[in-house]
Amino acid sequence: MTLYGTTLLAVCHLLGILFGELLGRALGVQANVGGVGIAMLLLISARLYGHRRGWLDAKSEEGVHYWAALYIPVVVAMAMQQNVLKALSGGPMALLAAVATVAAGAGCVAFINRDEPVSPSGQAPK
Amino acid sequence: MESLLQKLAVENGLVLAFAVVGLVVLFSGAVSRHLTFGRIQGSAIAILLGLVLAYVGGRMTGGSKGLADLTCFGGLALMGGTMLRDFAIVATAFEVQPAEARRAGWIGATALLIGTFLPFVIGVAVAYAFGYRDAVSLTTIGAGAVTYIVGPVTGTAIGASSEVITLAIAIGVFKAILVMVTTPMLAGFMRLGTPRSAMVFGGLAGTVSGVSAGLAATDRKLVPYGALVATFHTGLGCLLCPSLLYLVIRALFPAHA
Repeated sequence: MTLYGTTLLAVCHLLGILFGELLGRALGVQANVGGVGIAMLLLISARLYGHRRGWLDAKSEEGVHYWAALYIPVVVAMAMQQNVLKALSGGPMALLAAVATVAAGAGCVAFINRDEPVSPSGQAPK
Repeated sequence: MESLLQKLAVENGLVLAFAVVGLVVLFSGAVSRHLTFGRIQGSAIAILLGLVLAYVGGRMTGGSKGLADLTCFGGLALMGGTMLRDFAIVATAFEVQPAEARRAGWIGATALLIGTFLPFVIGVAVAYAFGYRDAVSLTTIGAGAVTYIVGPVTGTAIGASSEVITLAIAIGVFKAILVMVTTPMLAGFMRLGTPRSAMVFGGLAGTVSGVSAGLAATDRKLVPYGALVATFHTGLGCLLCPSLLYLVIRALFPAHA
């Protein structure tokens, strides 16, 4: 059943966030440490395990794929509620710090990725 | 009539959000095909349009949640909020090729560390250039350049003033928006095309919102790889900034101690 996939996704999500919170507590940090990343690793493992054992069928997988497909609309909704005014209110200092950070980061990514094959982006098929 | 529509919108907030976002994505796709002839991805246009609408919403209400602060668009707050965003990000993990992710694990972790130190140092340098000299303010502003959550968490932990914390949040939000907008433009320069390159990007660019939107606008296939690394960014920043990095800055600028 399709819902089983969504249930699997939900369980991985909750466990990951829980582990992230616990990890944060253990490290004495007031934040969730990698909860979403841990949830992703759990889901990847569950998929491999489920395929091997044969209890994860295509119908159940649909329950995950649907949410993955909603990813872009959700991100657009996220963009619609960014605090753009706040970002602009920081004045020239916020502008300079943000631009310098992004520029340096992009330069670093380009350097580390210098041996990667050139991306076909721009024409990337949807 | 007007109150009827208002009631309909408020009581069906999330459903309305699906409809509105769907229309924005549809419209952006048409603009992408007919005006840019596919050169700019539809999702990139949709995200940019979303940010413009967020600005308009912020101007109209003076609130902090962009368009979602308008009563009739309240459902956007749920649809684009942390819960559903993270849920959708986790779902994309289903597309990850474990071998690819494992091969890039180390380089991703390295990028994550650089992605914390580099913005911090730049943030501190800019704060210094603008006249800040005390370790608490310098650290808080440096942390703001990591992500917009690390800034206030750090500032609160080490006792920064509220205007410095506000500034740190502004820097972080600005950075996230800048990453969203510039990633598709810089994709060629950064050689974003493979899972490994996306993991490096996720570690260095930080900010889950910036990375998730930036990669969505560049190449949807790369999203899970970038997100996998980026989601550790805020935690790592909140771990290092108020502790190790604060101690370093305090040793370098002991003036107010």
